[in-house]
This record gives sequence, C-alpha cells and structure tokens, in this order.
Amino acid sequence: MNEPSQPGANRWRRFSDWDERPLRLDRFAVEDPANGFAAFNGAKDPKPGLAVAQGKVAVMDGVPAAEFDMIDTYIARHHLDLDLAETAMAVPSQQIARMLVDISVPRTDLTRLAHGLTPAKLAEVVAQLSSMELAFAFSKMRTRKTPGNQGHVTNAKDDPLQLAADAATAVAFGFDEVETTMRVARNAWSNALACAVGAAVGRWGTLFQCSSEEAEELQIGMAGFTSYAETVSVYGTEKAFTDGDDTPWSKAFLAAAYASRGIKMRCTSGAASELLMGFHESKSLLYLEARCLCLQRAMGVQGTQNGGIDGAPLASTMPGGVRELLAENLIAAWLDLECATGNDARHSESEIRVGAKILPYLIAGSDFICSGMGSILAYDNSFNPSSFNGEEMEDFLVLQRDFEADGGLTSVNESRALELRRRATDALGAVLEELGLGQPTDAMKRSVVIASGSNDTDSYLPRDVALISEAIKARGINVLDVIKALAKRGFKDEAQNLLNVVRLRVSGDYLQTAAVVRQGHVISAVNDPNDYVGPGSGYRLNEQRRAELAAIRDVLTREEVLRTEATYAGPETRRIRYHALGEAKSTGPKNEIVIGVSPAFGLKLFRTLAGHPLSAVLKALSEGIAEKGGIPRIVRMRHTADTSFLGLSAARLAGSGIGIGIQAKGTAVIHQADRLPHHNLELFSNAPITSLDHYRRLGENAATYAAGEMPEPVVVTNNGEAMGARFHAQVALIYAIETSLTQDGAKPEDIKIDFLETA
Amino acid sequence: MARIDTVADYPLAENRPGLVKTARGKALADLTLDAVMAGEVTLEDLRITPQALQDQARVATLAGRPTLGRNFERAAELIAVPQDYLLKVYELLRPGRAKSKADLLEAAKILRETYAATKMASFVEEAAEVYEKRGLFTFRF
Repeated sequence: MNEPSQPGANRWRRFSDWDERPLRLDRFAVEDPANGFAAFNGAKDPKPGLAVAQGKVAVMDGVPAAEFDMIDTYIARHHLDLDLAETAMAVPSQQIARMLVDISVPRTDLTRLAHGLTPAKLAEVVAQLSSMELAFAFSKMRTRKTPGNQGHVTNAKDDPLQLAADAATAVAFGFDEVETTMRVARNAWSNALACAVGAAVGRWGTLFQCSSEEAEELQIGMAGFTSYAETVSVYGTEKAFTDGDDTPWSKAFLAAAYASRGIKMRCTSGAASELLMGFHESKSLLYLEARCLCLQRAMGVQGTQNGGIDGAPLASTMPGGVRELLAENLIAAWLDLECATGNDARHSESEIRVGAKILPYLIAGSDFICSGMGSILAYDNSFNPSSFNGEEMEDFLVLQRDFEADGGLTSVNESRALELRRRATDALGAVLEELGLGQPTDAMKRSVVIASGSNDTDSYLPRDVALISEAIKARGINVLDVIKALAKRGFKDEAQNLLNVVRLRVSGDYLQTAAVVRQGHVISAVNDPNDYVGPGSGYRLNEQRRAELAAIRDVLTREEVLRTEATYAGPETRRIRYHALGEAKSTGPKNEIVIGVSPAFGLKLFRTLAGHPLSAVLKALSEGIAEKGGIPRIVRMRHTADTSFLGLSAARLAGSGIGIGIQAKGTAVIHQADRLPHHNLELFSNAPITSLDHYRRLGENAATYAAGEMPEPVVVTNNGEAMGARFHAQVALIYAIETSLTQDGAKPEDIKIDFLETA
Repeated sequence: MARIDTVADYPLAENRPGLVKTARGKALADLTLDAVMAGEVTLEDLRITPQALQDQARVATLAGRPTLGRNFERAAELIAVPQDYLLKVYELLRPGRAKSKADLLEAAKILRETYAATKMASFVEEAAEVYEKRGLFTFRF
C-alpha cells in the first residue's frame, strides 16, 4: 500500500479523497479520432451511400467496388438485399431513427428495412439516439420476447469437481447458457465433461459451451459435451481480421460447420477490438462494429455477442464509449440477430459505473443480459472478472427486484444450493470412477461442496486434470458414455437431463435465432418473437415470475420483528419495573425535567435500534439530569408517539419547562415548553448509533438548559452510513407498534420506576 | 407441397415430430434412456440430418431470415463431409494457408464432386477469387 499522497497547502483536499476512490484506478483517454479513439465520429468514417449498377453494388459507403476489401465484398454480396436497398438508403437517417423509437412502427418493418442498409447508414441512424432512446429502441428491437442470461463457470484450478458443483448452482440460478474455459489449454475435455454433468443436475435445458481452440471446440461439440459456441470472432477491418487469423469466408465456413454438427453458434464482435489489435483505420468504434454486424448477418449466423466484449474496458475510456456499446447492441438487434449484450469483461473498478452500465440492459431486457456473468468468484473467472461475479450476484438479484425487471436469474436458498452441489460432486465422482478417470475422495468432494471459490478447496490440481482431460480425448469418451455411467450409478435424472440436451440436436430447433430452453421447450425468436408495440405489450412479468424476483434472501417480516422484540422482554423485566401512577401532575419544582416516553416504551418494545435495553437508557438519562442538579420525572405519553410532540408535551408538564421526548427505538429530543413543535433544542435522530454516553449527556444538557444556561449541544456523529437502508424497514414495523397504542386525547401518565439490577 | 408451410410448425420436434428422424431412421421418441442403456442409440442417432437442416432453413426463411436459411443450406451439405476434411477446408480458408487460388479451387472441386456440396463449393470458389484480389496467398508463419 502506498502512503496517501500528502496534499500541499494549495490543493483542495477533496481531490485527495477522490484519488482514493476505486474510480481513480480507471484510466480515461482523450478523444483522438485520428488515432482510433472515437466512439461515434471517426476521422475516416465514410458517409452512407449506395450505387447499384447491373444488379451489383457499384459503390458502397463511398468505396467503389473495385476497391472493396474482403469485408466490403462480403457485405455487398451477402448482406444487402438489392431489391430494396436503394429505396431503404433513400430514407433520411433521422426518419429511420424516429421509427426505431416509434411504437406504431412494427419491429418487423425495421428488420426488413435493415436488409437494405449499409454499415455507415446503420451507424448514422443509431448515432442520432440518446442513451434513453437507445435503450428503449433496444427493448423494442431485441429478437426474443423473454429475456435471458448467460453465466461463466470456471475455476483457477480447472478442478472438475468444482466445475460440476458450480455448473449445478449456475443452472439453479437460472442461467440459460453456461460457458466454461480453462487455465491450461489441454484441460478442455475435462472441463467440458465436468460442466456437462453439473449442468444436468436439478433441471435440464441449460445450453453449455467450452471456449477453446476452434478445431478442438468443434470436436468437443461433436462428442456431445457442448451445445453451443460463441468464440467465432469477426472484426471490422481487413487487417484486424487477417491478423486474427481468419477471413469472412473462413468464419462463415465455420458457422456452417457448427450448424452441420447441430451446434448452436453465435459470433463475437464488439467495440475497440480493431483498436486493440492496432488496425483501426482511423474509424469510429460504432462504424467498425456496424461492419462486423452486417458481416455476421451476411454470414448467416443466428446471433452475436457484442457490446464491447473484451474491448469494453477500452471503449469505456472514451467519451460516449458506454453509450456506443448500447448503440452497437441496438444495431445487432435491428439486424435481427440474437444479441448477448456484453456486460462481461468488467469495464471499471467503480461499482457505480458497473451498476449504471447494467441498468439499461436490465430494464430493456436482452436475449442474454450478460454474455458471461461470473457465477463464480472473480479470481476463479478464467475469462477475467465480469461486470458481475459470484461476489455481486445478489446485487443483481436485488436490482431485478427493485426495477421489477427480469434479468433471467432467480434466488436459490441455502439448503437447495448445498443439496445441488452435493449431488453434482457425487454425480461427477461417479462418472470419473465409472469411466476409470479418477477416484475423488469424500474429503475432496466435501471441500468443494461448501467452497465459495477454489482457494477453499482441497481437490484436483491442474496437473491431475490434464491427465483426466487427455484420457477423455485419447479414449474417445463421448456423451453417451457419460450418460450411461450416470444411469448405471443411480443418477438417472441427471442421465435423462443430459440425454435431453443432446437430443435437441436431432431436430435443430435450437439453431434458430435466440433459441434457449425453458421448462423443456425450445423458445426462440421464431415462436417467442418480441412483439413490443407499447405499454401492455412485449415481455411482462407474470405473477409467478414477479414473486420469484421478489423472493430474495433474508427479507424482514412483521412477525420476525415482533418475535425478536419478544426475546428482549424477559431480560428487561428482570432489570426494571414500571408502575403507572395515574394522570400526570402538571406542576413540579423549578429543576424538574420530564422524560416523556412513547406508548410502547417498556411495554411492547424493549431495546433501542442501537441495541441498548430501555432500562439502561432511562438510567443514563436520569443520571445525567441528576448530575447537573435536575430532578427527573418519567411520564408516559399515550396521545402521540412522535418524538417532537413527546418532547414538547413533556416540557409543558415539567416544572422547569424543559422536557425530553424519547421513543422506544431510541430517537430522542430536548424540548422547551414555549417552542414550536418542530423547533426543538436538541435532536438525537440517529438512534442506531446513539450510545448510552450520548443519553447521559443528553440528560445533563436538559438539566443545564433548565438552569438557564447554554450547554454545548451533543452531536451524534455518523460516518455517512445509509441508516435508512439499514433500519427503515425495521423502524416502520416498530413504529407501527407505537402508533397502534396511541389514543386521541389520552392523558399522559406518571410512571414510577424501580431499577432491579444493573442494566 | 413443401414439408413446412408456416413458422407455426416450429419447434418441429414438438409441432411436427413426424418430420424429425435420426440419420438411422429413428424417431425422437425412440431416443430414450432405456434405449441408450440397451446400446440401441449411437452418437450417429444424436446428429442432425441434412433434411432437418433444410427444414430449419425453410423455417428461417419463412421467419424473414434468408441469410440464416442459406447458412443452414450450406450446413446441410457439410454433414456428409468427414470431420478431418471439414477442418482441413476450414484451415485452407484461413489467411495464407492456401498458397494459390488453385488450392482453394481444388478443395471446391472435392466438395462438389465427392460430397455433392455444390453451394459450399461455389462459396469456396468465391473465396478463392476474393483472396486472389486481396493478396491473401502470402506466407504468414
């Protein structure tokens, strides 16, 4: 750790405070279009344009056909529908931009129009939309109606037992797709087998991917362990493309190859990859990505993961970079591609930036909100930390609940999680044994079941895994062997689940755009098309789903608060006794201070929010008053539970004209008889951090005011805690108990107190 | 009459199960766990067929996604291509792997003549033409 920098006399120290914020670990870049640092307006972005001659594209976006690079050629030949392109290109960009946010223009009109638009035109249109409009247009244009999500399942040891357990929990949390990769390249087969088994625990239908070298990934898919692929990257400049060791034709060939093996596939592209690779051609992020997306539609892939992906952190260093990510996702949806909307590689160290970035996607909905949320801890994420990792999954669950927005995930309770993890490690252990691949001990499995991450496990290490993986590959073990092993060892449900996933291949239904499996049925943009045409249409939460989103962990109920209070009652009756003496007297000596307590004080409620027994609070107040020469008298108010009125009523009964009002939850006030109700002398509103010493000094000050002097007000300092977030649900429930005991016009009552033992 | 006239037929496994057959002629309903355990189901039965891909191409086209449909049609042709040769053609299509246009034209010929993959053959020929124009037959590593 570095010493905090010593600010000089000529620096506003706030800047030093800011220097310490996580945000300042992020570096930001100046806009520099000539050098590729431009989200929207590149130095060499072409103007949109199209000329067609003899049934062929003669000029596209300012480039004559003779000068087309491979990407231009591919787009001109395979993306543009020349029957409608000239008409489509003639519509002014602003008019098309308005159509994108116009609920009276059906989505399908726009997707058809896009078949005739060039990359520069698509970019020019979406650039006209604000972030709000981009998110709105995205919610209208995304392909599948029901939103979904994708999770990463990896770990730092490539431990197959942990992969199985984590895959099972990821499935339970509701991810429609799970993606793994490995730390050591040759562990791919083991990772794939382990995740396939884990993902078959609990329910079936989660599609599964093992991201590895292209040829090997296809082989693993053919062996039946995986069901989709998404590492088929495309780039927006020819140089970046060939540097990435592919061409549009080789990638399109691969797309057909995956389909021919019955494996769902999407491409990967996204802002700033060309800039990272050094071949940006002084063009903007958005324009280059528009080229990538036209190319993908031209290739005939069903979908894309874009929105920065690995380039998201770089895109986010630029002005408007995050808005650009939204804009490029919109182009993908507009081109009728399934869109896994990035939000994977973490773009910032600032939790605020991360939370802000996810929001438009969450409320707009997306085919896959994250193209890889870390379902595992950040250090176990072999793809690099995601925007949200295992650490932050509950934050995401709460965001869903806050906005009543379906991000594809559902809470899992503790016992269910444990049960699934146990089942998954047992199932994988059985498969390893049955296939002669390993003999995991109970201790290994136990360590994995309860582990939050691989630092906690005592299980397989990468070298052990390499041996397992190479054996799977060398012996040609395939998914049928695994299914048989599961069934033979009594894991019949898992065997059936795994078979169900592989069987999807036969019909190829899940090769269609945006296909996922829900409750055993394939849903896609074909049979679950986004039909948003304004309020009341498109995807809406049904009652059951709304209840699932609401059911996060550890939610306060009234019964629970009352139960907790009841446990405090017993100890308090051993410390203090309250004797009601009838209607309160209205006079007293000149040094008398009245402590006005609330209706439920000591009767139904027994502790302050800070956890002090009310007996101890009364003792501290009384001792403080006596310390400065005052005489305390305790009066229970029955007409009000409001702090100000408790205090004012007390002051009006006191011989000194000074009163203390205090609620059972510990909020207190010093009041004076001749003041306005909310114009008190001192207020102690931060009950959760008010100590007994504060109450004692409060008593002292009340007596000092009574003596006609001016004390130093007691200040309860806080550290900026969000008290409302921590306590208000409890406060509201407790306060309702107080108000339920009030009666209009009920007279205050004198109370005599006996302290029975030391509080 | 076409096998599929409407997107309402999709998902085919649910709405037109009669159209879905494995390469060895089994129905989806035959692919049970018991059949797997009895050794009656092989990996061959869990592969997609050219017919299924042509049906999905039809669904994609009817759903307004003609390029996706064309990809499925090319894919239908690749089913017959063995894995090794498939990966060989992919490799050949990568930058600098083919040393001349002739290498790609030869691959196109094999695709067309050996595997009846006519669409894919034309596709590889198109690549050959473009690669030549863009100077992609150069040494890379």
